[in-house]
Amino acid sequence: MNSSRFAQLLPWFVLGLLALFPLVENTFYMQLLTKVLIMAIFAMSLDLLVGYTGLVSFGHAAYFGLAGYTLALMSPGYEAVSLWWSLPAAIVVCALFALITGMLVLRTRGIYFIMVTLAFAQMLFFVFHDTKLGGGSDGAYIYVKPSMRLGDFELVNLEKAEQFYWLVLFLMAAAYLLLHRVLDSSFGRALLGIKVNEHRMRALGFPVFRYQLASFTLAGSLAGIAGYLAAVQYGFVNPEILSWHQSGAVLMMVILGGMGTLYGAVIGSFAFILLQEVLSNQAWFGAWAKHWQLAMGILIMLVALYLPQGLAGLAQKFRGKPVPESADD
Amino acid sequence: MDFAFFLIQLLNGLQYGLLLFLVASGLTLIFGIMGIINLAHGSFYMVGAYLAWSLSSLTGSLTVAILLAIPLTVILGMGLERLLFRHLYQRDHLYQVLLTYGLILVFEELRSLIWGDDVHGVAVPALLNASIPLTENLSYPVYRLAISGVCLLLAAALYLLIQKTRLGMMIRAGASNRDMVQSLGIDIKLIYTLVFALGIALAAFAGMINAPLSSVFRNLGSHVLIICFVVVVIGGIGSVKGAMAASLLIGLAETFGQVLVPEVAGMIVYVLMAVVLVWRPQGLFGKA
Repeated sequence: MNSSRFAQLLPWFVLGLLALFPLVENTFYMQLLTKVLIMAIFAMSLDLLVGYTGLVSFGHAAYFGLAGYTLALMSPGYEAVSLWWSLPAAIVVCALFALITGMLVLRTRGIYFIMVTLAFAQMLFFVFHDTKLGGGSDGAYIYVKPSMRLGDFELVNLEKAEQFYWLVLFLMAAAYLLLHRVLDSSFGRALLGIKVNEHRMRALGFPVFRYQLASFTLAGSLAGIAGYLAAVQYGFVNPEILSWHQSGAVLMMVILGGMGTLYGAVIGSFAFILLQEVLSNQAWFGAWAKHWQLAMGILIMLVALYLPQGLAGLAQKFRGKPVPESADD
Repeated sequence: MDFAFFLIQLLNGLQYGLLLFLVASGLTLIFGIMGIINLAHGSFYMVGAYLAWSLSSLTGSLTVAILLAIPLTVILGMGLERLLFRHLYQRDHLYQVLLTYGLILVFEELRSLIWGDDVHGVAVPALLNASIPLTENLSYPVYRLAISGVCLLLAAALYLLIQKTRLGMMIRAGASNRDMVQSLGIDIKLIYTLVFALGIALAAFAGMINAPLSSVFRNLGSHVLIICFVVVVIGGIGSVKGAMAASLLIGLAETFGQVLVPEVAGMIVYVLMAVVLVWRPQGLFGKA
C-alpha cells in the first residue's frame, strides 16, 4: 500500500475505531471523547475562517453559545424537544446572526476585525448575562434531552449516552466531509486566494466581500451545531459558554492542531481537552490542579512563539516534508 | 431629572470616560506604533488595582502605594516587552492574539495565587476624602474630581510628549517607517520598549486610582479591556485624539444609559460601535 492511499484510508480507519469505542468503554472516557468530538466541530468551523479565509475571529464562541441558548429556550421544560426541528432551528438562528454580524465585522480588517468580533461576542454575552432571557447569569437548564421520533417509533434518544456519542460522531464526520468538499470546490480555492492576496482577487473580479460573508456564515452555522451538542451534553447553558475564554480556547485548538488542515482542528481539540484533563487532575497535581490555567497559559504562549504550524506542522517537519505556506507571510 | 442630579451624572460620565482614556490611549499607541494587538492590556489594569490595594494596606497610604507601584509596572512592562512582545512584531496578528490570551490566563492565575480571590476595598486618601454639597441631600465626592483632574493632566502631558518633544518625534517617525528610523541611527528597539512600558504603566495607573471607587476583585480587567477595544474601534486605531473623543462618548453613553434605560445599558456601547462601523469603518479619527 503506497503512502497516498494510506493517507486516504486513514480518516476512515480512525472513524471506524471511534464508532466502535462505546463497545469497549461507555462511561467516563466515552463522554470525554464526546466532548472532544463536539469541540472538533467547533474548531473546524473556526479553521474555515482562520486557516482558509484569513479572518482571525476572536468572538467565535458567540455562535457556539447562541445555539446552546436557542436549544434551552426551545426546550419545553419537562418534555423532550424534537431533534428534527430543534437542531435545524438552532443552525438557522446562528446562520442569521452570523450573516448580520458578518456584514458589519467584514467592513474591517486585521486588528480591527479581531477587536470587533470580540466586541460583538461580548455584546451577546451581556444580552444573556444582564437580561432575564435565558435565566441571566445563572443560566438555564435543559431538563430532558432532545429525541428524534418517526411516528410512534423513537429513532434516537439523546438521554442514552451511546446514542448521543454516535450522533456527535456522525455530525463531526459530516461537518468534516462538508468542509472538505467546500474547500475543494472553486469557492474554496477562491477563499484561499482571498487569504493570500485579497486585492489581487478583487482585481480579478471576485466578489471578495460576498465570499467572505458566505464563509463567515457557514463557520457560524457549524459552530452552532457544536454549541447545540455541547448544551445537550451538559444539560444546561450559562453565559460562560459564549465568553471570550471559550473563543480563546477554540483558537488555541486550531493553532495547536495546525491551522489550514481540517484534521489539525480535530487533533487540536483532542490534545487541548486531554491537556486540560491532565493538568486539572487533582490526584497528580494536588493543590496545583486548581490553578491548571497557569500551565495552560504558559503552554499557549509557547505554542504561539515556537509552534506556529501546530502539531500537524511538527509531524510534517519530522517527515521532512515542506511545511505548507506560512501564516507569517 | 433635576439639574444637580444631571450634573452628578455628567461628572461621573466624564470621570469614567477620562479613566477609559488612560487605558485606551496605551492600547491605541501600542497598536499604532508597534502594530501589536495586546489582549492582556486589561490584565495590567488589574495588576495596578491589586498593587494599589496590597501596597496601601502595607504602607497605610494610597499615595505612597501608587508612588511605589508605578516604577514596578514600568519595570514589568519593559521586562515583558523584552521577553515576549519583541518576538511578535513581525508575526501575524493571530499569534499576537494567542500569546496575549495565554498571558491573560497566566496573570489571572498568578493573581489568584498571590492575592487570592476575595473582593477588597481600598480607602480614599484622607486629604481627598470629602464631598462638595450640591443640594440639601446631593453631594459630589472630591476624589472623583481629583481623578478627572489627574487624567486630564496626563492626557495633556501625553499630547505634549508625542507632538512637541524630540522623543515624540522619534516615536511618530518609528510608527510610519521603522527601518528608515533605524538607519538614521535611532535606537528603535529602545523606543518600542519605552512606548510599551508607557502604555502598560498608563493602564496600571488607571487601575490604581480607580481602586477606591471600584474596589478590587477578580476579572476586574476584562470588562475594561473590551470597553477599551470599543473605544479604539470608534476612535480609530493609533489615534490618541480619537481615543479621547471615543472615551468621553462611551463614558457618557454608559453612565446616562444606566440611569435612563438600565435594562439595555450594557448593550449601548456595542450599538454605538455598530453604528460607527457602518458609517465610518476606519473610526472617527482613523485614516481611511
